[in-house]
Amino acid sequence: MESVDLIYKAIYILVIFGITLLIATYSTYFERKIAAFIQDRVGPNRAGPAGLLQPLADAGKLFFKEDFIPAKANKALFVIGPGIAMLVATMSSAVIPFGENLIVDGREIWLQAINVNIGVLYVFGVVSLGVYGLMIGGWASNNKFSLLGAIRAASQNISYELAMGLSLIAVLMMTGSLSLREIAEQQHGFNWNIWYQPLGFIIFLICAFAETNRTPFDLPESEAELIGGYHTEYGSMKLGMYLFAEYINIFVASAVMATLYFGAYNFPFMLELEAWLADMLDSVVAANNIVTMIGVGVMFAKIFFFIFFFMWVRWTLPRFRYDQLMKLGWQILIPLAILNVVLTGGAILLKEHLF
Amino acid sequence: MEPLSNRSKKVQKREMTFAERAYLPAIAQGLGITLKHFFKKKATVQYPEQTRERSDIWRGLHVLKRDENGAERCTACGLCAVACPAEAITMIAGERKAGEEHLYREEKYAVTYEVNMLRCIFCGLCEEACPKAAIFLQDDKLAPARYERDEFIYGKDRLVEPLKTTETK
Repeated sequence: MESVDLIYKAIYILVIFGITLLIATYSTYFERKIAAFIQDRVGPNRAGPAGLLQPLADAGKLFFKEDFIPAKANKALFVIGPGIAMLVATMSSAVIPFGENLIVDGREIWLQAINVNIGVLYVFGVVSLGVYGLMIGGWASNNKFSLLGAIRAASQNISYELAMGLSLIAVLMMTGSLSLREIAEQQHGFNWNIWYQPLGFIIFLICAFAETNRTPFDLPESEAELIGGYHTEYGSMKLGMYLFAEYINIFVASAVMATLYFGAYNFPFMLELEAWLADMLDSVVAANNIVTMIGVGVMFAKIFFFIFFFMWVRWTLPRFRYDQLMKLGWQILIPLAILNVVLTGGAILLKEHLF
Repeated sequence: MEPLSNRSKKVQKREMTFAERAYLPAIAQGLGITLKHFFKKKATVQYPEQTRERSDIWRGLHVLKRDENGAERCTACGLCAVACPAEAITMIAGERKAGEEHLYREEKYAVTYEVNMLRCIFCGLCEEACPKAAIFLQDDKLAPARYERDEFIYGKDRLVEPLKTTETK
């Protein structure tokens, strides 16, 4: 790789990193705003116009609070826990294709940080590492409630990862590739996977809620029973890191769902638009770049819709009981996901024989 | 057994239909309800900038009225203190000296007049008891929050209506 490419890549990675953090920051604001709107309130509106500086105020407050470590806690692990949660959360956005290619100076720049041919596996691996952050934090706190929360988080993530992986297998059978860019390209135009995999998508969506520890599956932190679950003993910015990691995970889960099922950066009539633009502007490069930028906008619109959906569900549904959670995961979602795999396989075979 | 009324309903436990067991239709319905609330008009009153409209007969902070010549109407008869169910009102009566006719309307007046706003229940019985139309509960003022308890004992300095000068009217 040439050094110019490296520089472009470095800039792109920094931009994606910044966008991830920015979206996570403002997710906290929009979470409160959406919660308020759903409950017929107004929400934060004092810090800056329409309360837009609220996340900064929150972060400032968290930074200035006492950074407390309990006397009986395992100090090293207690500090590492939120670090792992945060690190792992920010790592997973590396393989997500946010757009097609931009052409600058005759050079193609793909709007994806790293195009690994096992992108889906990478995301899954990194996301399931996230439970270590919770587990270590909960264990190191040396507190029964924290430990209970951490154990709940671990068992919940393991249970739902199975169904999630199985629901994904159907998509992989259709596309025949583990690369996220490849999967995104195959959904060109309006040929989105959701039209072929509605059941798989619902299973994936439910599992995504469980994986990100969001209501109705937020048992690891269930403030009513476990005080705060794995982050009971945390305060200051260490607590902030845990909460922040949760919002980054929501962003990543939304991006993955948009990529796998809702056609990533694809939108209807994109080829026609590109041809028309090339005709109008008399430049194939400019047309390509404009369509790519629209695609990036479409991708983020889809991501924002899913983030909104996460919050919308949070303020609608009550929390599951623990046995209900396990029953749903093992007895309903996994058989359904296997059924989905079988149905997809049958449909693929049928298509090969008939056409 | 004979039913006492015909309002009792027979409860029966029936099998849930598939749609009910699948849980997803119910979730969609719930999401619809919350989305409806999302676009509803908010009930919030932005308090410091905006105050809730009060009724004309709202009973707020007390005021001791003056008559048309600017003399205090209160004659320290004590009927308000007797009427007060919370025993929030105390006063000491004094005799009007010569030359004080422009200050006090009657020959007897209240030297001190105190209302304890922590005791007061703002029932308005003092207003009804007053034979001289001297004490009223205002509809536009409230007893504000304070840091010290003794600051809630309002004396004449804070209760008596300010003198109306000809300019301000």
